[in-house]
Amino acid sequence: MKEIINLPVKNVEEEEYHINMGPQHPSTHGVLRLVVSLKGEIVKSLKPHCGYIHRGIEKMCEKDTYPQIIHLTDRMDYLSAHINNHAVCMLVEKALEVEVPERVKYIRTIVDELNRIASHQLWWCSFGMDMGGLTCFFYGLRDREKILDIFEESFGSRLLHSYYTPGGLMMDIHPNFQKNVKAFIKYFRKKIKDYDELLTGNIIMQLRTRGIGVLSKEDAISYGITGPSARASGFACDVRKHDPYGVYDKVDFKEILGTTGDTLERYMMRMHEMHESMKIIEQLIDNIPEGDYAAKMKAVIKLPAGEYFQRVEAARGELGVYVVSDGNKSPYRMKFRSPNFSNLSVLDHLSRGCKIADLIAIGASLDYVIPDIDR
Amino acid sequence: MNFSIYDFTSFTQWIDKVLYDNLPAFWAIAVEMTIIGVAILLFYALIGLFLVYAERKVCAFMQNRVGPNRVGPFGFFQTIADLFKLLMKELVYIKNADKLLFNIAPFIVIIASFMAIAAIPFAKGLHAIDFDIGILYVIAVSSLGVVGILLAGWSSNNKYSLIGAMRSGAQIVSYELSVGLSLVTIIILAGTMQFSAIVEGQANGWFIFKGHIPAFIAFIVFLIASTAETNRGPFDLAEAESELTAGFHTEYSGIKFAFFFLAEYMNMFIVASIAATVFLGGWMPFHVGGWEGFNHIMDFIPPFVWYIGKTFFIIWIMMWFKWTFPRLRIDQLLTLEWKYLLPINLVNILIMAFIVLMGWHF
Repeated sequence: MKEIINLPVKNVEEEEYHINMGPQHPSTHGVLRLVVSLKGEIVKSLKPHCGYIHRGIEKMCEKDTYPQIIHLTDRMDYLSAHINNHAVCMLVEKALEVEVPERVKYIRTIVDELNRIASHQLWWCSFGMDMGGLTCFFYGLRDREKILDIFEESFGSRLLHSYYTPGGLMMDIHPNFQKNVKAFIKYFRKKIKDYDELLTGNIIMQLRTRGIGVLSKEDAISYGITGPSARASGFACDVRKHDPYGVYDKVDFKEILGTTGDTLERYMMRMHEMHESMKIIEQLIDNIPEGDYAAKMKAVIKLPAGEYFQRVEAARGELGVYVVSDGNKSPYRMKFRSPNFSNLSVLDHLSRGCKIADLIAIGASLDYVIPDIDR
Repeated sequence: MNFSIYDFTSFTQWIDKVLYDNLPAFWAIAVEMTIIGVAILLFYALIGLFLVYAERKVCAFMQNRVGPNRVGPFGFFQTIADLFKLLMKELVYIKNADKLLFNIAPFIVIIASFMAIAAIPFAKGLHAIDFDIGILYVIAVSSLGVVGILLAGWSSNNKYSLIGAMRSGAQIVSYELSVGLSLVTIIILAGTMQFSAIVEGQANGWFIFKGHIPAFIAFIVFLIASTAETNRGPFDLAEAESELTAGFHTEYSGIKFAFFFLAEYMNMFIVASIAATVFLGGWMPFHVGGWEGFNHIMDFIPPFVWYIGKTFFIIWIMMWFKWTFPRLRIDQLLTLEWKYLLPINLVNILIMAFIVLMGWHF
């Protein structure tokens, strides 16, 4: 334990001191520990310590069957649980060369986008709270509740759904699903204006985020940043656009790219993405084809021996699933390329020379979910 | 003795007379001081409890919530229940903390606000001490609170507390200037520093209307600066929850934490009272020159109600921007003071002096 406490942070000058931000801290969004080296209020360097919520999901996967693995992926980035499920389902389908019904693809795309909106809403809540505007938290949660209600009605749970199964869906959507989703889109288009009025247009918020934590495109690529955080720097990395899955190739949506790469731009990316997601849902919701909600699968799923990879665009970036199968019903090795882990790696680079308050703003704009970092 | 809720002077003088008639002078003074002390202490505690309740309800209203609604009617006794909880909580002693300073700090903070409240006129004749330098006294006493905050941060043996305390020191020392200078603007107009005289001077129009634009600017500056001085959002950098967990009072628990908590709310009440007294006429009813009937109706509302109404209006404004604005950063906070508020204030004083000199005010 001792060497962990007395961390060697390089180039320690006498005036510098360290604070432990976390594992219990209001704005690390979970049990993340940042050892921050400070000089007055200025952040000199920063060292993230992961592992406080490591559950060994990858190891657990090695003894579970593929349908069971789906339930574990919920617990990684719990705010985009559907999207995580989607990655594993598509991987299994790809390996077995199963063609899933068109209805499944439509529903999966819609639900993914709903999940993305819900995730960005919660990000907005916590971003506002980290900036000191507590009211944002309740506005965001109020609207997220509507999505969770839709989820609850159709899938029976609100956070960890495990709705997708290899080959299709656990069950068909609720008869009210389409009606409710359309009502939600109508409702949220109005309410998202509140978000802009409350936080986006606020002068304090603009002052605190503009020009802070600038990430260049080159750095974004070399650190492996993905998702809205990378697109803010102008790095076109939307998997939905460049490697389409589901029915993303059939819908019209923009991959919005930022230019400045600062905290405000990362914020704006997610605000734009909520609009784009609503656009995608609107195009699909009336056109869900009739048909089965699942393809016929064998009772015991065994992947042929070999290596498989599938990536999806989760709410925070690119989620990759890599499986080495030896032909058994459980994988030989499973590896998740989680977006948050890479996104966290850039925090030190971005926050050097910033103030403590900026560090919090940058952290909030990178939007990390700790269970996804540790897995 | 004729008692009236419109004028407490005869009531207080009657008490004074009865005491001096029946007791030796020393004891009369002692009893008077005790009565005033107990009255202020009770008032302090009640207002503190009510403000906490009010803040919860206002914040709930801003945030689409109901707020406290279980204990008593409309959750009115929730804060009292919380007070008992805080009273019974264990006082945690920190290893390697400077015990003496650690224990003194909350008292300094609360005494500072307690002293300031004595100089505030609540209604006609309801006034503990009526200095001829009332404003100066309040400014001086209310800035003592920062000593307590600095000590709390320093002695806690916690880096978060220390950062919070240092921020608070920089912040309060800076904003003290703006608070003082915006009050000076009105002192020029009023020609006195005595609170009772300032209130009397507003009998035919509040200073915010009398003093044209400079008075209004001074009011806005006072509102911003005093919010910063009381460490409230969006200037709550000293406790900045998302950055420093709870800032200078991270390590305090139980009743000592309650002291900081209460002092914060009372400071808010004090600055709101000063704003109400100096800019909005204190307990003076709203009068419009020439409208006799209207003025009579306004006079019918007791002065104490006027005073409380105005004070709570300003408190409501302060709560409003606490719950809708994000927090500033420390350098932006200091920039706001030294580069914007202070120059505006200085120019404002000049304009006000010019207006008073030319006799352009009402």
